[in-house]
Formats: sequence, structure tokens, C-alpha cells
Amino acid sequence: MTHRQKLVGALVLLAAFQFLILFAGFFAPYGFAAQDREQPFAAPTTVHFWDTQGHFHLRPFIVDSESSEARVYPVRFFVSGTPYKIAGIIPAQVHLFGVEQPGRIFLMGSDAYGRDQFSRFLFGGQSSMLAGLIAALLSVSIGILVGGIAGYYGGWVDELLMRGGELFLALPWLYLLFAVRAALPLHISQWEVFLLLVSVMGLIGWARPARLIRGVVLSAKQRNFVVAARGFGASDAYLLRRHVLPQTYGVLLTQMTLLIPQYVLAEVTLTFLGLGVGEPLPSWGTQLASLQQFYVLSSYWWMFLPALLLIPLFLVFYAAADALQEIHKTVAL
Amino acid sequence: MGRTHIWAKCAALGLAVACLGAPTKARAGQASDDRMVLEGVPGHAGGRLVVALRSEPKTLNPVLAVDEPSREVIRCLSADLIHINRASLKTEPALAKSWNVSRDGRQYTLQLRRGLRFSDGAPFDADDVVFSFQVYLDEKIDSTQRDLLVVGGKPITVVKVDQYTVRFEMAQPYAAAGRLFDGVAILPRHLLEASYKGGGFSEAWNLSMAANQFAGLGPFRLKEYVPGQQVTLERNPYYWKADRAGNPLPYLGEVMFLFVPSEDAQVIRFQAGDTDALSRFSSENFAVLQKQQGTKGYHLDDLGPGLEYNFLFFNLNDLGAKNLPEIAKKQSWFQDLRFRQAVSAAIDRDGIVRLVYGGRATAIWDQVTPGNKLWVDDKIAHPKRSVERARELLQSAGYSWKNGALVDPRGKAVEFSILTSASNAQRTKIATIIQDDLSQLGITVQVVPLDFHAMVDRLQSSYNYEAAVMGLVSGDADPTSEMNVWLSNGETHLWHPNQAKPATPWESEMDGLMEKQLVTLDYAKRKQLYDRVQEIVAEELPVICLVSPNILVGAANRVGNFRPAILVPYALWNIDQLYVQ
Repeated sequence: MTHRQKLVGALVLLAAFQFLILFAGFFAPYGFAAQDREQPFAAPTTVHFWDTQGHFHLRPFIVDSESSEARVYPVRFFVSGTPYKIAGIIPAQVHLFGVEQPGRIFLMGSDAYGRDQFSRFLFGGQSSMLAGLIAALLSVSIGILVGGIAGYYGGWVDELLMRGGELFLALPWLYLLFAVRAALPLHISQWEVFLLLVSVMGLIGWARPARLIRGVVLSAKQRNFVVAARGFGASDAYLLRRHVLPQTYGVLLTQMTLLIPQYVLAEVTLTFLGLGVGEPLPSWGTQLASLQQFYVLSSYWWMFLPALLLIPLFLVFYAAADALQEIHKTVAL
Repeated sequence: MGRTHIWAKCAALGLAVACLGAPTKARAGQASDDRMVLEGVPGHAGGRLVVALRSEPKTLNPVLAVDEPSREVIRCLSADLIHINRASLKTEPALAKSWNVSRDGRQYTLQLRRGLRFSDGAPFDADDVVFSFQVYLDEKIDSTQRDLLVVGGKPITVVKVDQYTVRFEMAQPYAAAGRLFDGVAILPRHLLEASYKGGGFSEAWNLSMAANQFAGLGPFRLKEYVPGQQVTLERNPYYWKADRAGNPLPYLGEVMFLFVPSEDAQVIRFQAGDTDALSRFSSENFAVLQKQQGTKGYHLDDLGPGLEYNFLFFNLNDLGAKNLPEIAKKQSWFQDLRFRQAVSAAIDRDGIVRLVYGGRATAIWDQVTPGNKLWVDDKIAHPKRSVERARELLQSAGYSWKNGALVDPRGKAVEFSILTSASNAQRTKIATIIQDDLSQLGITVQVVPLDFHAMVDRLQSSYNYEAAVMGLVSGDADPTSEMNVWLSNGETHLWHPNQAKPATPWESEMDGLMEKQLVTLDYAKRKQLYDRVQEIVAEELPVICLVSPNILVGAANRVGNFRPAILVPYALWNIDQLYVQ
């Protein structure tokens, strides 16, 4: 497989996944906050095609064995259910699949409140994915600006910016976040939470990419073709844009792909400090956080499912970044 | 509760006890001693009990200890004059073998046991008691027990009558005076007087000192402290209790406290057999441990509801001086009794019991839990959850619904936030369930989990909150331990602490009842008064009581005489009687 094919494959997968998340309301059978208090920590529902007599049914069905006599609920498609908004704008209430009440279909089991994990995973992706992406972009952008300037100009500018960056790394963030939380009003709207998450994560994370980029810029500007271009009278801006910064793409991409999963996890800490996505809104961070408890780990294997799904997702991210870098290298050569 | 306790059996057994295995040095002193004899199955001497502590003890000084791990260790090293028996919840003689109360209920005269020795062999007498109370009552030392020893605004006075008699005097009669002495560890004057007089008491008995610098009257004495790992205690050969067969107590040769920092890690160590007893763990972990109960050599006990009550409350503070206009506006809802009643009616307490505690808890409607059998008021109604009734109440108070959202009589949408402590998973879960329940009334609720200290700061000083889910654990079954919660000038009067004068007629009534029960000596009369306090709480709903979790404990099968109780310390309160097979 060529790098280009690999890239296309990864991008298609990512796009498909983003599509699922974007239309979470349609693909999820339930709302993210819907509790079924009779079924906390319910195991994933088995979807059957064959009945007890061994007959095959084209329409899958589930069996509710919890109640006194087992009841069969056929899985129905394009059913009307909890209202939701497509991409947060267009109201709708058709869901891809569902079962008749009081039956419940939990593809990935239910959580401590009897909420459908599958639905929460899809809805959780909306905030986590977007926040992670934007925050990573923010970090890397600040990193490229600071690192680029520091590396290219050197001297006291370099000293100032890099020491500033170190100061940032050394700050006791936990206490700073306590202070941020204390300064904020108790009520924070969904959008404010989102902006807060993005800005906190983005601002905390820029120092490391900035250092790496500075290193690459420092070596790039010594290269013969850069020195030659400068000899021909190229301006600083032209040199940076045309010759130096393109050398940093590889570092940038790897940084991005490393930062996104990190930020999804950072959300767990932020939520703990009251700065993250609050209940009942779902996020991948809070779904993963429940795994920190011994009883969840030892008793309810399906609580791992969100984590297991995130591993291939992040691997696809890495694969895309890897392919991009390889392609870039080939082009550069 | 009788007013005079005489413990006579011990003297008769004194001689028999002294011949059994105690070191020679002790024997001389104990020939005429007043040993206390405990009922229970006689056990085997020797062996070691291992338990886990959540963190390292910060000090072994009973006067200065505030954290639970320190107190847990200190309980094994020290003894008090009168003790609350954790099984009966009643007082019993300890270092004082008997006591008399004067007619007016203000004077307590205690007869001390004779011939007792500290764990270093030094004799114990009234001078140690007088010295101990002098230290506890010293304002400069700032002991947490001091507040309890101030009755009617004045500190208790202590007078030595003779070598084995002390008299305590209080400014006013005090119903539960015997219970005051529980947990007030008697200090060895010969070891601590110098540092107290020299001004170095705040440093005395920290863990960096050598083991022979410590001495107490408890069943064990310090053997070794390994920072970051464990504290080991060894048997105190001078201990003053014996079993009914005359064997000296304690049975255990050693007690080892391991430092295991999280509940989950403690559960895993217990499951693996590394520790012998476990308390303070969640119902979820109880369920995990239960699966292997038969095969792993331990057993679990669910003791039913303890003394902890969890509740929701609203900010009813006078916000005049604080600049919090948004919250002040919302207080018009919170101050309306019908609003609070509607919220209470809409909350699914049974759902909380099931989802948060896996069924190992009890729904409650006032502050006294069914675990507190002496004081619970059976007449308090337990209305079922009813969203319809909640809607009716809101309607009668002038609220209406617009597109499904509740709006107040002025047309403002009803929306508020509930604070919880982020480190308490159960309470955050309770708040999340309330959020969902109230959404059925059209109320939008935000759950705001905050770091514990940030939360307490908002509740106690800035008053910058709207509602909160909290829990309190009574230190004792007696209502006197709850004075600071129900008195309107109390610091823990959470919804409106430190009032100069009662803000509402019912708070004024509650003040009167609480103060009266404090000086009433007759249990039946006190019960009547405290029942009325419970009724007021259930009617006026200053706190909407929700649930009381069960006390869950576990112990290895090899531990004998294990009799856990609902009062702190749940598992090891009778450590002097525990033995290992």
C-alpha cells in the first residue's frame, strides 16, 4: 500500500466516524440523559437473528429475560423517539433503530444510572472530539508562532520566549485551575464550558510543541538552500514561509495526533475540578473516568467498550499523520 | 440510663488476674488493682492483626489529632474515663470505675481505678486526669475537644479530691455529660508536663519521636513507625482489662497499620488476605467482595443504616452584605416552603438507594436514621415519591409551566445549581439523580462538583452557592453531638449558619428545644423534645433528608470476637478483645 492509499483509507475511516458523531442523534437509539433506574449496569443486549427453534429471522430481535416471562422485542428501523437536533440545529426525532417500550436495547450496556452507553458514546464524541481537535490546533498554532520566532531569530528573543515557555511548563496548573474555577460563576452554559475546555487545554499545552519546533527551525535555517536563498536576498517572511516552516510539518502533525488523545483524557481531570463537561452531558473523558474504580473494572466488562473503541480511532489518527509525514518527505526529496 | 454506675465485679477478680502472665513489675502494682472484666468469648493470646489506614497518621498526640487515621491509631494507644460502648450505644465505666452525679446535675464525681499503670509502667492517678483536662481546655493548645468541654459557655472545672477521686463541675446541668468523656484520652503527666510547661506541646508526640517517649493507658503501645509504610503497635502488658476467665487483655500481640492510600487499593489488599479487617468502603466494593466471600477466608457484614445522613439544602443565608444579586433573587423560591416541599416530593429516594448504594442504604425523611434506635422518631411520615403532588404544590405557590419549563410567579424560569464534593462519588451521583428527577418538574439543574475545600469555602464563608448535597455523620447517637447543626447560631447550621438571632419562628422553636434537651436529665422528656426537632426538620425542610448509607465492614475469618458497630470506629472498637486463630 502506498502512503497515499494509506492516507486515503485513514481519512475515509475518520470521515465515517465523524459522520456517526455528527449525526449522533440519529444513530443513537436514546437521548444521552435518559435513565432507566431499573437497569443500572445492564450488560450489552444480545441481538438475535435465530429464535429458540433455530429459525432465521431477517429482522433481528432482542429478548428481555429480566421480567418474569421472557418477552421478545423486534428491532425496528427508522423509529420515532426522543427529539434531538442534527448538528445542533435541525430538530428531528427519527432514530436509525430502536425497540418498543418497555424494552431497552443497550448495544454497549448501560452505566450506573441505566443510561445507554452506546448513545452516550456517540454524543460524547461531539464535545470531546471537537474540543480535542480545536485545543490541539490552538496549542500547535501558538507553538509554531513562538517556536518559529524563537528558533529563527535566536539571541535574546529566543532566550525570552523559551524561558517564558519553561515558566509555563513549571507552573502549578492544578492550583491555577482551582483559582480559575473559584473566579468563575457556578452556572456555566454548555458553550462556555466548551470554550473554557478548549482554551484551558490549548493554552496549557503550547510550550512543548514550541520547543520542538524551535529545534527544527534552528537546524533548518542552517541548511545550505536556506543560506543560499538568504544570499539571493530573500526576506525573513519569505524564508520562513517557503523554506523553514515546511520542515516542521512532520513535527507538527505528530504533535497534533499526540495531543488530541491527551486532551480527551485531560478532560477527566478538568471535570474533577468542576471545569469540564458536567452531568448529564456525556464526554469520552467521563466515560473513561468510570474505569478508575475497582468495582467497575472487576465487575462490568462492558464499561471498557468506550475505551476499546477509542484505541482504533486514535490509531487511525496516527496512521493518517504517519502517512502525511511520509508523503511530505517524498515530496520534499 | 442510670445515673450511678458501680463496677464491683472487678475487685473480686483482681487477685486471680494478677497471677496470669503479667510481667513481674506489673504484678506488684496490680495485686490490689481494679481490673475491668469484659464479657465475650475468651480468645487466644498472641498473633498479629493487620489493618489498612487511608493515610499516615499526622501525630500520635491525642490532644492535637484531627485526622481520622491519627485518631484510629490513638484509640489503640489511649483510654478515656467514661466510654461509650459501641454495641449498646450507652456509657460504661472505663478508667473511672464509678461516678456520682449531684442532684442539680452539675457535679460529676468520678472514682478512678486503683493501681493502674501507663504502658511504660508509671502509675496512673488523679494528677494525670487533672493535667489532661488542663491541656484539653487550654485555649493556646487549640484542641478540637475543647468545644465539647465547654458547657453553658464556661469550661468544665476539674478538681482533684484525693489520689483516686476527681470532681468535674459544669456551669449548667448537662444531659449527656457522661458521654463527654468518651474519646478524651488521659495523658501521662510524667511524660508531657515538661513540654506543656516549656511551650513545646504542639511538637510533642509527633511520629519522629522514639517509641519509648510515648505511653498511654490503651491496650497497645507504640513499637515501630516506618515512614511511608506502617505503624506497628505491641501489646501493653499493663493494660487494665481482663476477660471473664481472668486472662489479661488484649489478646493480640501486635497490631500493624499499613498505609494504603485509596479505598480501592484497601479493598484489593483485603481481598488478597493482606489485611484482616476493612471498614469505610462503598456498596459497590461490598458487592465485588461478596462474590468471593465463601472461598477467600473472609466474611462481610452489613450493619444496616449508620448515623450518616445525606441531604439536599438550599442557600437560605441573609445575603444582604454579600454582593450576590443572582442568588438573592433565587432565594424567593428557596424560602418558599411549598417549593422545598415540591422538591422533596419529586425526589426518588428509592432510586437513590438502588442506584447509588446498590440497595445498601435506607431512605430517610429527617436527620435521625433508623440505625439510631434510641432517638429515631417513628411518627415521622414517609411520603412516597409523587411528581403530581410536587406539581400541585408548585401550582398552589403560583408557579406555572411554559413549554415544559417551570416559571415562577414573576415569569422567571426556575434554574439552579447543586454543589457537591468531587471526591465523593456517591453524593455526585445523588445530585445527578436529583437533576433528572427535577427535570420532570421542568426545573433545570446543574450539578457542580467542586474540590471539597472550595465547596466548604462557598458553604461557610462566601455563601456563593444555590443548593448543595452534603452528608453529616453524627459522632455519637446522642443529640448533643448535633447541637452545632440545629442551633441557629451554630457553625454547621448549614443552610444559614452563625445567625445572630433566629431568622424564622421555627428556627427559634428549634433553638429552644435543643437547648432544653441539653439540660434535661430525663431520657423520656429529652426524647419528646428531640422528636419535635425531627418533626420541624421534616415539616420545614431546611435540609431535605434523602438517604442513610449502611455501615459495611469485613473481617478475615481468623479474627475472633469481631463485633462491628455503627459508631466510629466501626470495626476495631473492641480491639482489646479481638484475637486471631
